[in-house]
Order: sequence, then structure tokens, then C-alpha cells
Amino acid sequence: MTNALEIEGLTKTYGSGFQALKGIDLNVKQGDFFALLGPNGAGKSTTLGIVSSLVNKTAGKVRVFGYDIDTHLSDAKVNLGVVPQEFNFGQFEKVFDIVTTQAGYYGIPLKEASVSAEKYLRKLGLWDKRNTPARMLSGGMKRRLMIARALVHEPGLLILDEPTAGVDIELRRSMWAFLEEMNREGTTIILTTHYLEEAEALCRNIAIIDHGRIVRHTSKRELLQQLSIETFVLDTDTALDVVPVLHGFEVRLDDEGSLEVDVEKGQGLNGVFIQLEKLGIKVLSMRTKANRLEELFIRMIEENAEETRRAGEGVA
Amino acid sequence: MSGMSSAALFTAFKTIVVKEIRRFTRIWVQTLLPPVITMTLYFIIFGNLIGSRIGQMGGLDYMAFIVPGLIMMSVITNSYANVVSSFFSMKFQRNIEELLVSPVPNWIILAGWVCGGMARGLSIGLIVTVLSLAFTNLTIHNLGIMVTTVFLTSALFSLGGFINAMLATKFDDISIVPTFVLTPLTYLGGVFYSIDLLPDFWRGVSMANPILYMVNGFRYGILGVSDVNPFVSLGMILVFITVLTIIALRMLARGKGIRH
Ligand SMILES: Nc1ncnc2c1ncn2[C@@H]1O[C@H](COP(=O)(O)OP(=O)(O)OP(=O)(O)O)[C@@H](O)[C@H]1O
Ligand SMILES: [Mg+2]
Repeated sequence: MTNALEIEGLTKTYGSGFQALKGIDLNVKQGDFFALLGPNGAGKSTTLGIVSSLVNKTAGKVRVFGYDIDTHLSDAKVNLGVVPQEFNFGQFEKVFDIVTTQAGYYGIPLKEASVSAEKYLRKLGLWDKRNTPARMLSGGMKRRLMIARALVHEPGLLILDEPTAGVDIELRRSMWAFLEEMNREGTTIILTTHYLEEAEALCRNIAIIDHGRIVRHTSKRELLQQLSIETFVLDTDTALDVVPVLHGFEVRLDDEGSLEVDVEKGQGLNGVFIQLEKLGIKVLSMRTKANRLEELFIRMIEENAEETRRAGEGVA
Repeated sequence: MSGMSSAALFTAFKTIVVKEIRRFTRIWVQTLLPPVITMTLYFIIFGNLIGSRIGQMGGLDYMAFIVPGLIMMSVITNSYANVVSSFFSMKFQRNIEELLVSPVPNWIILAGWVCGGMARGLSIGLIVTVLSLAFTNLTIHNLGIMVTTVFLTSALFSLGGFINAMLATKFDDISIVPTFVLTPLTYLGGVFYSIDLLPDFWRGVSMANPILYMVNGFRYGILGVSDVNPFVSLGMILVFITVLTIIALRMLARGKGIRH
């Protein structure tokens, strides 16, 4: 089966001379739900921009369902739906017109386009707003409008650049459910996000990009398995001011006097509770600290910065 | 590259034209109303009030003489204005990305905008023509030449507006050409006078003004009088159209100002 997206040796140097991509390789299988993660300025939008013909590449290969964008651009485009990071619809145009006009650009006659537009506007909860000019929509509605517009020609690959930025939790969850449904029905999805729980909840495979390089390209499961230490936060009945000694565990107090315990994989939590019991400390509640993926992510970015720095020193 | 089918190409083209028409009719107060008011004033002031004192121009009643010029002037300004402001704001709002991600070929994009500009230019031309009937009688001398000239002129200035929009980086840039080039060339392009009135030197200079040929070609179509040969005028418009089309397509292919 051909991959939904293949990127080889992709580089981008902007007109300003800034090298945003330094050789990206990326494969996304058909049917995958893929997250492209990375800090601000890492090169996520640049990568997706090149795939969607919004940015000219400097070098490298991009294939969408096997169609090379250098030789079979229009086939590649037909198979691709794009939700950009910034709002880019005509502010004065009506919701329905925006979606059907986009379909028209793909050569879909108005009659068919209207059916498809209605389907996606309904699914995304925008049908009531179909005659509203885009500028009068709320931020969350605008994001959904861009998704409906990207799907109107039923592409096999949907790429979304921060689709849930500025969207409230409830709406975000309903967008997740929508995207999961699309994915189940066969659409390959690639998204970028700064909400790591989003990637954790939705995606099967993940690539982490930083300073224009892929620092990790793996499955979410494998990535999470690498997290050998997990930190738990325990709220106790009395505020502690001295750190209790728990044999075999690294323990700290956080700013609010709650206990933070590092637990290695396979170590189990029983030891923690037995020792706390002996010390007469009662645990009221417990939670894991931060999102696991988030922690891993931060560590990886730090390591990459360290490596980049060392490499820099080597050259100097 | 296996492109879109011809039916799909036509749908894409139609989509652009319909969108353009929807745009200028939606903002009719900015697009359709002003030329109606201006032209009515021209007809009243130059045609009726002052015209009656001027008497004849080029062997015709002054009012009859200026009508073709004023129609052309509206067609030129409005064709240009429509494309330059529509395409530039599309670029400015990044709305152009809707086209960039889709498989529409560049020549369809160009054809769509040019036809959009022509739709506005020619509608206004028609409105102004109907208005002028309240002030003078128009008998058409040569319909073929008249229609061809006005269509091609509208296409040419739509192309010009397109190129201007491609080059523009800020809103100021879209009014430079209309203010400093189009308006003077139109006013000096024989709309209000026959160049026979000018001294030899200025007549020579005027002959270098392309708009003079268009206005006179159109006037010939309506009135049968012209300072220049109407076929020379048509040929010239065609040459300009060809050159501007090539330039516009090159710019689109390079994606300058629309793709980083
Ligand atoms: N048009 C441009 N000209 C010059 N440099 C640019 C341009 N667009 C982006 N860059 C630079 O390229 C780098 C990558 O930008 P990009 O938008 O791809 O990052 P990103 O990973 O999408 O970040 P974010 O998470 O903030 O959206 C940044 O340093 C940015 O400043
Ligand atoms: Mg981005």
C-alpha cells in the first residue's frame, strides 16, 4: 500500500536566508492518525505548507499517495485537504459560499458541492450559520469552517495545522470525536498541536520536529514506553515541611507542600504507601504530575538543544 | 501532469467568475453606484450645460461626442479597479491560499479574474450607455467594432489590474496606477476633445497614448468618426493583451508575493 505522505530530504530556506527545514524525512501510512509535534518555530507549518503548495520547497521530495508534487501536482492536490494555522477565508463571504466555492476550485459542480457542503457543515455544527458572513463567526466556528472547507472534495489525506488552537475543552472534544470518526472511515489525518494530550488521545504515530529537524519519528506507544519514570503527586492530610524519607524512591515537596514521588517503571506504588503508613502520613488523593507525553517532549527538546549546542562547540 | 478534465476546468472558471460577480454586487454602493452618479454629473455639466456653449466637436454635437468617451472611461476604470482590489485583498487576507491548495491551473485563475473584471466593467458600461440615452440619441454605426473594442479594452484593463495586484504589497500600491497613470491617460485620451484641436506637437504626443486608440475605436463604432483607424486600434489592444497575459502568467508561475 502506498503511503499517504512521503517526505524525503526536505529543506527550506526562506527568502530572508533563514533555513527553516534542514532535511526532513517523514512517512505517514494510509489510514494513520499522525501528529507532528514541536515547539514554536520548529518548522511544522513550513513542512505542511510545502505539502499543500503554500510554500515553495528549496530541495527534497514530497509525495501524496505516491503522487510527486513536482511531476503530478494536481493529482497530489486532489487527494489532499488543508486546514491552515491562520484563518484565510474571505471575511465577507457566507459560510456556505466559502465551502462550495472551494469545491468549485476542485472542479466539483455546484449541485454536488452543495450536497457535500451540507454534509460537513451539519457534521461540524455549522449548518445554522450557513448564511452568516465568516467574520461574524466565533473563533471555534471559524476553525470548524476551515475543516468543512478542507473536506468538501473528500480528500484521502487531511492535514490540520493546530486545528484546536483557541478552542474550548468541550468543543475540542467534539472536534476530536469528529476527527476520529473521519479517521475510522478511512481518512488519513496529520495534525500539529501544542496540546500534547490531544496527540496522546488521538494519534497512533508521532514525529517530533525541532529547529528544522526530525528528532523522533515513532509510534505513540513506543514513545510512552520510553517514559521509565513517572512522577506522582500525593496530597496529604497535614501539610508537610520536612521531606519524609522513603527508601527506594526519590521524594520532593512541591510549592504547596504536596509530596512528589518518582516511581520507576515496574517498581509499583505499594512501597510508597507502606512507608507513608509507617510514618503516620495519611494520603488524601493522588494524581500523576503533568502529562506524560509532555514530560517526554520537553526532555527530548532539551536533549536536542544540548546536542545542537555541543555540535556548535565542535565546529567553533 | 494529469490535470483537471475540461468540465472540471470550466466549473473552476465559473466558480471564480460567480464569486467575483457576487463580490461586486454585494458591495454595489462602492462599485456600481459611484460611476452612475459621476457619469450623470458629467452628462449634465459637460454635455448639457457647457456642451451647449461648445457647439460642435469632430463634426458632432458635443454631448454625442463625449458619450462614447465617458462610457469607455467607466469601462476602463471599473475593469481595472475590480480586479486590482479583489485580487489584492484576496492576497492580503491570504484567501488566495484557497486557490493555491486546489488544482486550478494558473491560466484559469487569470481568466476567471479577467472575466470578473469584465463583468463589472461591461455592466457599468451598459448602465452608463442607458443613462446617456436620457441626454442624447445614440445610433450605432458599426456594432461589431463597437462591441469588440469595448470587450477587448475591458479585458486589457482587467489584466492590468491583475498585474498591479500581483505586484502590490500594501493597499497604497493599488491606487498608484489608477491615480497617476490611468486617470491622466484617460482624460488626455480624447474623451473630451478631438486631438485635431491640439497643436502638432501635442497631437504627436497624444498618439503615443494607448487609451486614445481605444476611445476612438469605440467612438468610431458608435458614431463613425475617429481620430485614428479603428483597426489599428483593435490590433494594438490585442498586442497589449498578449503581452500582459504573458507577464501575468509568468508572475503566477513564479508565485511571487503569493507563495513564500
Ligand atoms: N515567510 C517567512 N519568512 C521567513 N522566515 C519564516 C517565514 N515563515 C516562517 N519562517 C520562520 O521559519 C521557522 C519555522 O516556522 P514555522 O511557521 O514552520 O514554525 P511552526 O513549527 O509552525 O511554529 P508554531 O508552532 O509557532 O506555529 C520560524 O523560525 C519562522 O520564523
Ligand atoms: Mg505553525
